Amino acid sequence: MGGVNAAARLSGISKSFGAFKANEEVSVTIERGSIHALVGENGAGKSTLSNILYGLLRPDSGSIEVDGRRVSFASPRQAIEAGIGMVHQHFMLIPTLTVAENIVLGSEQGGLFRPLPMRRIEKEIVELSRRHGMEVDPRAPLSTLSVGGQQRVEIIKLLYRKARILILDEPTAVLSPPETERLFETLRSLVAEGRSVLLITHKLDEVLAVSDTVSVMKRGRLAGTMPVASATKEKLAQMMVGRDVLLRTENPPQQPGREVLSIDRLDYVMPGGRRKLQGIGLTVRAGEVYGVAGVEGNGQTELLSLLWGTWDRRGNATGSIRLEGRELLGLHPAGIAALGVSMIPEDRLRSAVIPEFSIGENLLFGRHEEKAFHRGFGFDRERLTRETARLESEYDIRHGGAANQPLSSLSGGNQQKLVFAREMERPGLRLLVLAQPTRGVDIGAIEQIHRRIIEARRNGAAVLLISSQLEELIALATRIGCLFEGAIRHEFGEEEVRAGRIGGSGFEQEIGLHIT
Amino acid sequence: MSRKNLRSLVPLFAVLSALGAGSAIIAATGVSPAEVYLRMIRSTFGSGYGFGQVLFRATTLLFAGLAVAVPFKVRLFNVGAEGQLLMGSFAAALCGMALPASVNPALGVPATLLAAMAAGSIWALAAAWLKVRYGVNEVISTIMLNFIAQGITGYLLTNRFAVPSTVHTPEMVYGSTLPGLDALLGLSWHSPANLSSLVAIALSASMALLLFGSRYGYTLAAAGLNPEASRHAGIDTDSRILGAMAIGGAIAGLGAGNLVLGYKHWFEAGLTSGAGFMGIAVALLAGSHPVWILLSALVFGWLDYGGLTVNTMVPKELFMIVQAAAILGIISFASIFRRGPG
Repeated sequence: MGGVNAAARLSGISKSFGAFKANEEVSVTIERGSIHALVGENGAGKSTLSNILYGLLRPDSGSIEVDGRRVSFASPRQAIEAGIGMVHQHFMLIPTLTVAENIVLGSEQGGLFRPLPMRRIEKEIVELSRRHGMEVDPRAPLSTLSVGGQQRVEIIKLLYRKARILILDEPTAVLSPPETERLFETLRSLVAEGRSVLLITHKLDEVLAVSDTVSVMKRGRLAGTMPVASATKEKLAQMMVGRDVLLRTENPPQQPGREVLSIDRLDYVMPGGRRKLQGIGLTVRAGEVYGVAGVEGNGQTELLSLLWGTWDRRGNATGSIRLEGRELLGLHPAGIAALGVSMIPEDRLRSAVIPEFSIGENLLFGRHEEKAFHRGFGFDRERLTRETARLESEYDIRHGGAANQPLSSLSGGNQQKLVFAREMERPGLRLLVLAQPTRGVDIGAIEQIHRRIIEARRNGAAVLLISSQLEELIALATRIGCLFEGAIRHEFGEEEVRAGRIGGSGFEQEIGLHIT
Repeated sequence: MSRKNLRSLVPLFAVLSALGAGSAIIAATGVSPAEVYLRMIRSTFGSGYGFGQVLFRATTLLFAGLAVAVPFKVRLFNVGAEGQLLMGSFAAALCGMALPASVNPALGVPATLLAAMAAGSIWALAAAWLKVRYGVNEVISTIMLNFIAQGITGYLLTNRFAVPSTVHTPEMVYGSTLPGLDALLGLSWHSPANLSSLVAIALSASMALLLFGSRYGYTLAAAGLNPEASRHAGIDTDSRILGAMAIGGAIAGLGAGNLVLGYKHWFEAGLTSGAGFMGIAVALLAGSHPVWILLSALVFGWLDYGGLTVNTMVPKELFMIVQAAAILGIISFASIFRRGPG
């Protein structure tokens, strides 16, 4: 592919963090004079790949070529010297300095005590910015600029350093639609003069609007690269969120019972004023799995925090969340759990376990208030040991050694099985809330976890399953709601989901349309 | 030997290497280290008075060490044991002074100790509240609160409460003092060691139970290790921060039992001689485990008093070097062993 025309070529890049493979054998070629989009979900490995190209991370294996020359960056400084620049999602600017000072920062020329030729620098900045439609006043203090203006400063900074390959990490996340359009014009003008852009995003409309080539990443691997001319939104959506058909858990039909959870016109505005939920409404009945499909960042995290009472109370929540008629909004986790609600959060290590605690102590975590485990002012150690042994064998939690070893010595899949064991065994379980229950879990464990979810449903629990894996939702859900920008945009009923389960990939594409 | 076993020996290595370094320094001043250490051992373990002195000093350090160790369970670094001890001691002295002379010890002692614990506790809670409410780092706030405590007690002592032409408050009533070990056990050590030593030992045992055997201790550890997950699990992490600091401060205040109720029977300038700060080292050497703190307090108490007994051979400052070197040793040894897998 494009021998002389490749601005940068990444070949067979792999990078692991501990047992987690962030990048696996990823190969991407960025053509000179083109905008190359890199799409994928959060955690798919986009940022890792771009950080490797920018010299922030070193790959475990694989090679990088820039302008046909093999390179190996020990730091961003070397990448910058090779003509690579990056605009991070969070700007690296100093608010108290002027625009021009921010731009020269890090590439000042001249002696330590010689004043900078600011006049000449300012002139250069004005020229650069005019040429690419990014008008800025070089003498304005940075703090007076809008977010879009600050982003322009970041881009000019790269041009000032003579960057030929620009990496932009989610550049439109902070921009208004007109600002986004303006940015795209700038990008087009940059590639017109022979520069190359690597655009990291998860917004498919933007990819189709501005880029020439698109690469899709999924779970650390490259799912595919294609010219945008031959890409469609549906195709990209499926590549991004769909999963290879590996297993289908048996999902016998069941007549759902009474309404357990009912969410009505739920709104949430974050402390900063950003509106994350806009009138979500849904109900979950006993004996059904309600699946919430959606690309991450559309309100899943906020919905979970409201359901579990961990939301930032400085924000503003209105509407209602009722569990069999009882209002949950305003309660704290302990109170909600006591009503027979179990929650398996999206980020296990951060919010569901204590890695330093033993398996037994983790099985107790969050259920430590249950009288059955108490003895005196401490815990009933004997009972705990028995219970741990029982759950270990029933949920097939495998560990290499003694029962009192720290949880961190277990694999991700086994940690997740432990969390499942704990939450499924909660006495009087009525509602089970699951967020990305199989993320970072190996295939074998996925199958078991899926079976457990069906089992909980068959035992009469109401299950709310939030997942970005469409395959998983289709396999498990009774009904599916499509979450987009903080609202349920479309709901697929029982019949539709049952038909879709047999139907194949067409249903995935249909869901994909409602969540992008 | 496994890495884990080796790690538990770190404090021993640290103490030995510190004593080794001390020997080198002593030798450099032209004195035989063996003679110095022999004299130290003889004058501390060889005499009832000496041993009582070591016990007395170790007791204050034990309280101060526990005052650091309990908040550390929630990963809070209580550098303020000194200020909490000062406030506790001052409150105890005032309470013991204000009680009627005829008060029954069964009433006077608990009342005075309660005053000391409350004062220490409030002082620690101030830092905890700043942390919970405004996110102020507890290291900075406790250091500042130490200065404020020094200022308050110093000012009130010299301007309000000191007996004229002295630097101490009036003597407490008999009913608010604790008996010495001599009277209790029929000894004739004539040392300042008192009933507090036994209280402190019982306290470290109960703190071990609280931290490792109780549900409260479990939630403290969880809140310290992973606050986010703890909130998810329904543990109120803010109340654990407040609780652990309140307990720590109360224990620091209890140090007044040893210094004021058991020995001086008044508050005086320089009463604590920095024992609160030394408590940090005591807790560090023991890895914040209440039972090991017993031992580590004894080591530091021994170095403290032992250093005095060889004053004629080696300047006291040298023993400050040995103590500080031991702390440095522990911190560096611990981080060396923490590296690598496991």
